[in-house]
Amino acid sequence: MFDIFQYQFIQNAFAAGTCVAIVAAIMGYFLIVRGLTFAGHALPNIGFAGAAGAVLLGVDPVIGLLVFTISAAIAIGILGKAMRERDIAVGIIMTFALGLGILFLSLYSGYAERVYSILFGQIVGISQQNVLFTAVSSLLTLVVLLILYRPLLFSSFDPEVAEARGVPVNALGLAFLVLVAITISIAVQIVGALLFFTLLIGPAASTARIIQRPLWVILLAIILGICYTWLGIFFAANGSWPVSFYIATISFAVYLPIRLFSPLWIGHRARKNMATRQGPLASGVQNSEDEQNDATKASGRVSGISR
Amino acid sequence: MFQLLQYDFVQNAFLAGTLIAIMATTIGYFVVLRAQAFAGEALADIGFAGATGAAILGIGSLLGMLGLSLLAALGIGALGERVRGRDIEIGMILSFALGLGVLFLSIYIQNGANANAGVSVLFGSILTVTRRDVIITLITGSVTLLILAFLFRPLLFASIDPEVAQARGVPVRLLSIVFLLLLAVATAEAVLVIGVLLVFALLIAPAAAAERLTHRPLSAIILSVILGLTFTWSGLILAFIGTGHNLPVSFYISTMAALTYFASMLIARFRSPRRYRELPHPNREHIPVHTH
Amino acid sequence: MDERQDPIVELEHVRIQFGKRTILDDVNVTISEGEFIAILGPNGAGKSTLLKLLLGLIKPSAGIVRVLGRPPRRGNSDIGYAPQHRILEADLALRARDVVGFGLDGHRWGTGFPSHKRKATIDTILREVDASAFAEAPVGQLSGGEQQRLLIAQALLSNPRLLLLDEPLANLDIIHEQEIVALVQGICRSRNVAVMLVSHDINPLLPVVDRVLYMAHGQSTIGTTDEVITSATLSKLYGSQVEVVQALGRLFVVGAET
Repeated sequence: MFDIFQYQFIQNAFAAGTCVAIVAAIMGYFLIVRGLTFAGHALPNIGFAGAAGAVLLGVDPVIGLLVFTISAAIAIGILGKAMRERDIAVGIIMTFALGLGILFLSLYSGYAERVYSILFGQIVGISQQNVLFTAVSSLLTLVVLLILYRPLLFSSFDPEVAEARGVPVNALGLAFLVLVAITISIAVQIVGALLFFTLLIGPAASTARIIQRPLWVILLAIILGICYTWLGIFFAANGSWPVSFYIATISFAVYLPIRLFSPLWIGHRARKNMATRQGPLASGVQNSEDEQNDATKASGRVSGISR
Repeated sequence: MFQLLQYDFVQNAFLAGTLIAIMATTIGYFVVLRAQAFAGEALADIGFAGATGAAILGIGSLLGMLGLSLLAALGIGALGERVRGRDIEIGMILSFALGLGVLFLSIYIQNGANANAGVSVLFGSILTVTRRDVIITLITGSVTLLILAFLFRPLLFASIDPEVAQARGVPVRLLSIVFLLLLAVATAEAVLVIGVLLVFALLIAPAAAAERLTHRPLSAIILSVILGLTFTWSGLILAFIGTGHNLPVSFYISTMAALTYFASMLIARFRSPRRYRELPHPNREHIPVHTH
Repeated sequence: MDERQDPIVELEHVRIQFGKRTILDDVNVTISEGEFIAILGPNGAGKSTLLKLLLGLIKPSAGIVRVLGRPPRRGNSDIGYAPQHRILEADLALRARDVVGFGLDGHRWGTGFPSHKRKATIDTILREVDASAFAEAPVGQLSGGEQQRLLIAQALLSNPRLLLLDEPLANLDIIHEQEIVALVQGICRSRNVAVMLVSHDINPLLPVVDRVLYMAHGQSTIGTTDEVITSATLSKLYGSQVEVVQALGRLFVVGAET
């Protein structure tokens, strides 16, 4: 089993996969917090269409990836406002791009395996040059994310106050999306569109449910992402099933119990804290406040939708 | 063109395409209204796993898709009514389903078949639709539309204002589960025409475009059905008559649908005056009550 | 009031117009240091718009706006702002103290370093708004009143000279309403910070407010409660019959839209 590690291409897979997992975990956290989960699914697919176009034109797929993903990211950043409208805009942009992708694929008379690998991903077949490139670009992305960390976090959770405090909320959001697009263009060549989405969302989705502090959510998500990737490559190398299946399954297997059992845990702890703090009389008052809040939420929803 | 209609596969394509366009666009109106576009996408990708799994087992891919997406719809429905926060759950289910799909596809290929099964599920297979598929589509389509017609008012109420609807006795939770089941059916059928990757072209785009142009529910539904039929028929005709390149039907449909949606956005922008808009809050599904 | 101090806010003949719609016309207001101003009026009257004007987020169509003697600019740390909203729902977790911490350095680049000084500053502010008990709790689990305290704490961290609060009392029951009013008044007096508080109802603020700015139908008028909340003044403002009824120690505005 463990003799697979002597192979260079396996080592390369681990190295490149680790870099991708780390960046994906951090980016995924911000995507989730900003309500951009769907965009995290759409952008890699859009990139796939761009790669198909690039292959058709005979240029490096990464050019197609970059052009399509960055254009889409800008479009999403400009168009998508309220989350419910944004999902639709994102989806239709994706449809448009994928329609073009099919066009490119059907016009292309050559061997389309290379393009499909961008969709499904094979983490094998990575050269040491690829590893180096991935490592360097991951590092650069990390540096940018670190610089943007505080204002991005602030504007993700509280855009109104952030804007009042001088944070360029709209520009920052756009910059973030473009950064995501660039990362996707690089990573998707290694792990594929499907798997990148899993690495984006899976780790952060699990940790954000149980941990309160953003920094720890991200750190734990990175650890989870790396574990998923290593386990996935390990199983895939020792068998004949694809890596993306293993990683997606492990990610879901970790998420499911957390999702099912965490509300009880967090809710219980918090309520216990508040009860001891305020005493039994307070809970009666609390309820009426919650009712009022719910009533406002209801009327808020009505006026939000009746446009 | 009309001499082509004597061929079985052309007849099947038009029959199935018409039925599916009507079904998908009608339910698409509610999908847009309920902001469940991502759920629709997820159900389509789950259908992919169902279709590839069915291919291994040797049963028809349509049945496989229907089976698995109905199951998934129950799962998503069980998660609860809140829309916000649900996109994370939906995303997780989606990624798991795609992982399964990739697994099934690779097993299927390893078993000797070529990758065409995967391609046709991804990109649509309206031109290879069998008469049996048409019958299944007719049955499922009619049942779906009948149920939708029956549920029209309570569903509309529950979609726009769930809390008040609940208070008035509308079984909101049950309706949302039923709706997801109907959506699963419509999505699986739409995948037949246009494939997993482009499902939005029939499911969402016509309804979304219609919704930007008119606010009255019935007008919007009728408009989206008209749009959906237009896209589907045009796509089929273009594919059959050919532009010399043998381009897939789904490409035509998706491009027309997307362009129509973008056009509808521009039209809607021109119609309503510009105002200072509240900053979007990424985590909230609605904009605060208070305006100025 | 200290007349030799520069006014905190000056609005001269300010008009705000969006396209064809005039939100506010000919607003003339001067606010001094430490004044507690309530901003009242029906929905859509432009109350939040006025705040955004002061924050430099929108520009007036006409007239002169000065905040602390200078034109409004974004990111002015002399202004503390708490918009009307509920921060988060229970799913996405963030501690109360994290939210407050945004007010300190959320707008600065980088990740920042944890420091005792930072923690102490935040602890002090949390004590000031009486939120120490739930500093570690996830924000989504807190009640509206508790979240409002956090928002106020956040706004105070830059040591502002002007505090803008948009509907902080909305959705609160009476007890929490009174607590927030008392809190804001305490802050106003102890820090000598000017407060502009948007509200739907004057009554919780009657004991603490210095002047009232009433806005309706693009018109506005400012003065003490006795001057502004009268049948004559409000009728003129609304352009229709409005009665102000005093009963049980409270003021009821009858006939106006809400």
